[in-house]
Amino acid sequence: MDDSPAPSLTHVHPQGFWRKHVFSLDHKVIGKQYLDLALVAVVTGMVLSWLMRFHLAFPRAAVPGLGAIAPNAAPGGMISPELYLSLMTMHGTIMVFFVLTTAPFAGFGNYILPIQVGAEDMAFPRFNMMSFWVTFVAFVVLIAAFLVEGGAPLSGWTAYAPLSAVGKDAGPGQGAGQTLWAISIAIFCVGQLLGSLNFIATTLDLRTKGMTLMRMPFSTWAWFITSVIGLIAFSVLLPACILLILDRVAGTSFFVPAGLVISDRLQPHAGGSPLLWQHLFWFFGHPEVYIAILPGFGIVSHILPAFARKPLLGPKVVLACMAAIGFLSYTVWGHHMFLSGMNPLSATLFSVPTLIITIPATIVTLLWIGTIYGARLRFTTSALFCLGFVSVFVSGGISGFFLAQPSIDTYLHGTYFVVGHFHFVMGVASMFGIFAGVYFWFPKMYGRMMNETLGKIHFTLTLVGVYCIFMPMHYLGLAGNVRRYSEFTDDYMKGALPLHRFITFAALFTGAVQLIFLFNLVWSRLRGAKAPDNPWQATSVEWSIPSPPPVDNFGGPPPVVYNGPNEYGVAGPTGDYLMQADPSGSGKGA
Amino acid sequence: MGKLFAVLVAVITLISAGVFISRIWWLPPDISVLGVGIDHQLMETMVASGVLFVVSQLVLAAFVWQFGDRGDGRAIKTFPGGVTPMVVFATVLVSAEILVLSFVGTKVWGGIFMSPPNPNALHIDVQAEQFAYYFRYPGPDGKLGATHPELIDDGNSNFFGLDPANDTAVRDDIVSASLVIPVDQPILLTMHSKDVGHAFYVPDLRIQQDFVPGLVIPLQFTATKVAKKEIVCTQLCGLGHYNMRGYLEVQSKEDYQKWMADQVAQQ
Repeated sequence: MDDSPAPSLTHVHPQGFWRKHVFSLDHKVIGKQYLDLALVAVVTGMVLSWLMRFHLAFPRAAVPGLGAIAPNAAPGGMISPELYLSLMTMHGTIMVFFVLTTAPFAGFGNYILPIQVGAEDMAFPRFNMMSFWVTFVAFVVLIAAFLVEGGAPLSGWTAYAPLSAVGKDAGPGQGAGQTLWAISIAIFCVGQLLGSLNFIATTLDLRTKGMTLMRMPFSTWAWFITSVIGLIAFSVLLPACILLILDRVAGTSFFVPAGLVISDRLQPHAGGSPLLWQHLFWFFGHPEVYIAILPGFGIVSHILPAFARKPLLGPKVVLACMAAIGFLSYTVWGHHMFLSGMNPLSATLFSVPTLIITIPATIVTLLWIGTIYGARLRFTTSALFCLGFVSVFVSGGISGFFLAQPSIDTYLHGTYFVVGHFHFVMGVASMFGIFAGVYFWFPKMYGRMMNETLGKIHFTLTLVGVYCIFMPMHYLGLAGNVRRYSEFTDDYMKGALPLHRFITFAALFTGAVQLIFLFNLVWSRLRGAKAPDNPWQATSVEWSIPSPPPVDNFGGPPPVVYNGPNEYGVAGPTGDYLMQADPSGSGKGA
Repeated sequence: MGKLFAVLVAVITLISAGVFISRIWWLPPDISVLGVGIDHQLMETMVASGVLFVVSQLVLAAFVWQFGDRGDGRAIKTFPGGVTPMVVFATVLVSAEILVLSFVGTKVWGGIFMSPPNPNALHIDVQAEQFAYYFRYPGPDGKLGATHPELIDDGNSNFFGLDPANDTAVRDDIVSASLVIPVDQPILLTMHSKDVGHAFYVPDLRIQQDFVPGLVIPLQFTATKVAKKEIVCTQLCGLGHYNMRGYLEVQSKEDYQKWMADQVAQQ
């Protein structure tokens, strides 16, 4: 790659509103579209979670106004058990697919990756546009599930068969709503496959002169590894969803065995296996956790040195660990199924790689903490979210140590301990990565600075809020409080109600705090101070170009890269850093 | 701002750990033979991960406190010893922990799910359905007869689809909505589902197992204390999932004999 000529992709200046802003081929517009979609999705998902939390804390209270919106599912504003499960299913699906996959991977990846490698655009701009619009259609189809007869599905984001496979006999929402869910996810898979292919091709083929693999920024490495994971994971979920749709509408029996009596009706299926769905789903589902979190690894590894003013400790080890995590993510899916009835011997086999994956995760965490040692940390909002990422990742990662062991999972599986664990490690940590990315790259994307005071208030209250929400869930799980219950009736879990109320207040508070972020986002886009080209004194290529970048990214031929991305704490022409495109560095960090 | 972050992380860490240590919310007392090993494993993991959690959060907080940019132009410092000792330390520490936990944990897991069937176990057939459990005991003949899904008729209390007209073995089978068992008696459940996925979870027994449609799954345990506990479903099974429960009644051997005699008399 080193000696090849710089790629010369002719970037056509778009003409007209539709080509410029809607069906754009420009990776920057598509990246923003993904981020805007994720913003709509995260607000939707969060509102759904508020309704759930409200009901859990006050099961006998009506939600003001809900009765008018959903008169059947919530008569008089009272959330029915089936509506609770629909809210839960849609919350999980929206958050995992349309927020945690789209924002850190498709959103930032689309905008930043081509610039960081010195390309004018993605390798396949039309596929790129298609990937966004396919994802958009998937989102619309999913939301439509709320509007069809029976309402949204209630089988959870994992859609376990046969509950998800036998149609409306299995309950309200399991008719048209569940079919739309399966169609939506199948469409989503197509979008992500197109996106992953594009990321891989762009990274391998469109790097500019001098941008060797080892000079790629950590964020680009993370998006590249994530796209490889995504290519395999979504290629498995897509056919799984198609088989599920066939079971539902074409009378096949991939996931439904013989002899089931549901709603007093002997089901017309025979020969299928519910465990087959679980295997296919989790073969996607566990790597999906890393699709959500690895971009966060990359973003933190990329941003932290810029604010620590020193190079990331052990950059090659960090890359090796990210690659190891990507590989190992395909060997651990069975840990979601320890108690599923699969051969108990296989549980021990799935447990070992699950525990082993903690080794690279621990090493990366130590390297981040080691990077902070002796640094000159600049506490921008972005830096704070990186530090917060490390904290919540440690908290969520450590509780995984319990669940990776079948002998402990036999007690904690299906409890709030699991909910607390995955929200910390996959949800909150990823969100902190997203926030770090937004505060870091916003000036580049919109040419204006975000308000740092508002950002710091947002960070501080969010950090406290998420710990108040998710740490107590571990206590609930230890006490045997099971998840996915719409209320805790007169049973042993009733004593947990005060803690549930505390979590609900914390969730409403933390949600309200996000309004500060939304305000900052809108206000800064319109009124923020003008951003210089390189406000953070960072090294990678995106900071060598104007803010916002011109349509062809570089306003001329792509830059030639001379240095690695980790050149902080060195004497450079403009300070204690050396930009990747700065020829005076004479090939550092190759 | 860095100092605020450091204080927040330290306070959050100490409060979080303090609540664990104070056991305000904790496991209910164990009433099973297998629970001892599970509790031991959980405690060992709790101590190891608790130390890791507190140490790593406090080190993070201390470094952030210490290494903020004070604008004094001081030189940056690299981590003492560099990368290699850190990688070796993390690998050795975590590997050792994994080895110990896996070695002990596999024995505990094997004890629950991979032990050969105890010939003296009391065999009880369990069916889960939306949104109830039914338990079937072999009657005086000691045999559980065959089930036929097409004969299931909840309206006539034929929850299992038994065929007493043609199958002599089922005529004395006893069906109960509660799981009544004698204390200190090994129990073998054979678990199957009538409709969708369900689960059997009794926190006091420390065990949990899914019901998977199409499979018959064995589960063995021995309760060690007379008690009445709830059995709850932990596999999402539909709109009534939150309300799906049964009761485990662990009785003295005498009370159990009396209960069984009453059931037989009612046949």
